[in-house]
Amino acid sequence: MNNSRILKRRLSLILWVVIIAALVSAPAILPVFRLNLLGRYLSLAIVALGVDLIWGFTGLLSLGQGIFFALGGYCAAMYLQLNSAGEFPNRIPEFFGLYGVKQLPFFWEPFHSPFFTLIAIWLIPAVIAALLGFLVFRNRIKGVYFSILTQAALLVFFNLFNGQQKLINGTNGLKTDVTFLFGQLVGSESVQRWLFWITALLVILAWSFSSWIVRGRFGNVLIGIRDDESRIRFTGYNPTLFKTIIFAIAGGLAGISGALYTVQSGIVSPQFMTVPFSIEMVIWVAVGGRGTLIGAILGAVVINYAKSLVSEALPASWMFIQGGLFILVVTALPQGVLGWIQGNGPRNLLSRLGISRYTATYPKLDIDQSQEIEL
Amino acid sequence: MELILESLFNSVAIGSVLLVAALGLAIVFGLMGVINLAHGELMMVGAYSTYVTQLIFKLPILKPFYDIYVLIAIIIAFIVSGTVGILLERTVIRRLYGSPLETLLATWGVSLILQQFVRSVPLAYATGCVITIFISLLFSTVIPQNLLQGNRRKLIKTGALGTSAAAGVLTASALASLVSKLSRASSRNVDVTAPPWMRGGVDVLGMTFPKTRLLIIVITIISVVAVSIFLNKSVWGVRIRAVTQNRDMSECLGISTESVDVITFGIGSGLAGVAGVAVSLLGSVGPNVGGNYIVGCFMVVVLGGVGNLLGTVIASFSIGLMTDLIGAGRLLTIWPNMPQPLASTVDFFSTTSMARVMIFALIVGFLQYRPAGLFPQKGRMVES
Repeated sequence: MNNSRILKRRLSLILWVVIIAALVSAPAILPVFRLNLLGRYLSLAIVALGVDLIWGFTGLLSLGQGIFFALGGYCAAMYLQLNSAGEFPNRIPEFFGLYGVKQLPFFWEPFHSPFFTLIAIWLIPAVIAALLGFLVFRNRIKGVYFSILTQAALLVFFNLFNGQQKLINGTNGLKTDVTFLFGQLVGSESVQRWLFWITALLVILAWSFSSWIVRGRFGNVLIGIRDDESRIRFTGYNPTLFKTIIFAIAGGLAGISGALYTVQSGIVSPQFMTVPFSIEMVIWVAVGGRGTLIGAILGAVVINYAKSLVSEALPASWMFIQGGLFILVVTALPQGVLGWIQGNGPRNLLSRLGISRYTATYPKLDIDQSQEIEL
Repeated sequence: MELILESLFNSVAIGSVLLVAALGLAIVFGLMGVINLAHGELMMVGAYSTYVTQLIFKLPILKPFYDIYVLIAIIIAFIVSGTVGILLERTVIRRLYGSPLETLLATWGVSLILQQFVRSVPLAYATGCVITIFISLLFSTVIPQNLLQGNRRKLIKTGALGTSAAAGVLTASALASLVSKLSRASSRNVDVTAPPWMRGGVDVLGMTFPKTRLLIIVITIISVVAVSIFLNKSVWGVRIRAVTQNRDMSECLGISTESVDVITFGIGSGLAGVAGVAVSLLGSVGPNVGGNYIVGCFMVVVLGGVGNLLGTVIASFSIGLMTDLIGAGRLLTIWPNMPQPLASTVDFFSTTSMARVMIFALIVGFLQYRPAGLFPQKGRMVES
């Protein structure tokens, strides 16, 4: 057991203590508006975990996670709309009246059931992700081609949802903050507080699930695919299967995240499927540190919080900051902030500034055996 | 007959915009394996430079030449976008060769910065910046090597930088004082108006073709022909093709891959600028104008493959044809008595946005048979 590993373990322990302390104290300290924002950003952390699984661990850069995010959101919103549609004519949600629709479209029917909705929120995105992934991975389409195809798929879904007023209210989206859950208004303060706690719990669950996945042999294969897919194939594994499974898992996580985000922001609309939003998800992970799950969570929360603070103060400058962040992270910090800390980043910085600690080198170690190896 | 002619013209018109936009992307992607997400923003730069050119040609001195400003704008847009592209290559992309996904993210960052740049910097000053960069790039290639390495190199370099900066500042302030529209930053869309001779249409066989569309088709044809002549006949074209086929081997044979990269990226970005001129003639110009076309370009590149210009041409025209056939609901007009379920399906997809959905599905279907596009590059390497 060498020192650096102990250091890393301590570091992640400290991080966890800080995160949990922040979560527990947040509802007491923050006003409801900020708490709601924090809850939203925590739900975004779940989709970031998914992005980290497919990009940080498997090397698949998907620019289309917004599809699955929005699908989860739509599932939740459809249930809530139906749940509180009782008093409207024909017992269907109000907006249908605007387009003269008298009968509920068939795919809305199962969303009367809360249990179906709870399953659909992650299952539907996961199935669609698996299907899309299988069609693409089967042909060994990878790298940049995969990224472009996912982005095109994102635009396709955007068009599909944006144009269908009569089925899902098109570009206006579905509102959830004026709907009812257990007889309470979803937009109300008490429900939002509960949603915050649920989100915090689900983030931790999603994190444990993800770290369980990447720790075992399955995770080793994923990392193998990232580093040398051909070699994994020659060793007898079937990368298509692994990639499809992990892409589906990331899709499911995105769905859960989308549902939580929707109920906390009060609306789901095709805006969730715009190109910039999906690429932002990647940059949260990139800044936090790809390949480190905590990095993904922290990246999502911190960047979004910074975004809301900066855009309140200087609306025009956020685009510059974000663009600069993309370039900076990619060129200077390819492993993200957490990866930089866990690697030799701080030590390199210190030694560049001329205040590094003494490091034993190999010739010295050969002569003086008593010196302990410090890596 | 008329119907077919009209449909054909429409699809060629859609396809030619796609083609001129995708041409630069395809060349750069083929050579460097870099997908440039800022390509749409380079188109936007081209569109804005058309707008600036138009305003400059409205000045009293240049008023007599107003009629030909579009033709000059094409050259200017090529130069401006090419300059921005070369700057991008030299500062960001050069550091990222061999990691295409990182390049993708970095170019997205560049595109965000460019979008916000045209929103918050007055166009006059933006023009000044471009001129500074252009002149300093020019100096770095024009000044002979022995001067740059002699004992007066510091003086020469400072002089070159100073000259270019002065030229930029002068242009910026001149433009800002002469053209009031350029002296304020604005995020509103601007309009490029075609000169009088380009308005209206041409009547052929009892049908009217808009002249701007015809001009775009001509621009596209000229660009494609010029690029293919350049790639096939010129020395640098041969080098570019060599590097596309095998980078390491070309380097071993003494080709300066660094220069090839710069030239290719410059030409690719310049073509994006030309596409920007075409786009500015079709609608109003705003910071987001590139985003509307970029995904179409990606589809063209994916469908066409990277090995061959012909693939790009065929891919863009077939996407244009499909857009017209599906999006305008022409299948129903051609085959009026099709069975009811099919007819309602066709009807469901007969809007521009739904046509995109259908085309994407068709492309993914096509990739099941030809994963590397229409004309894949031949080779026996295990791709890794």
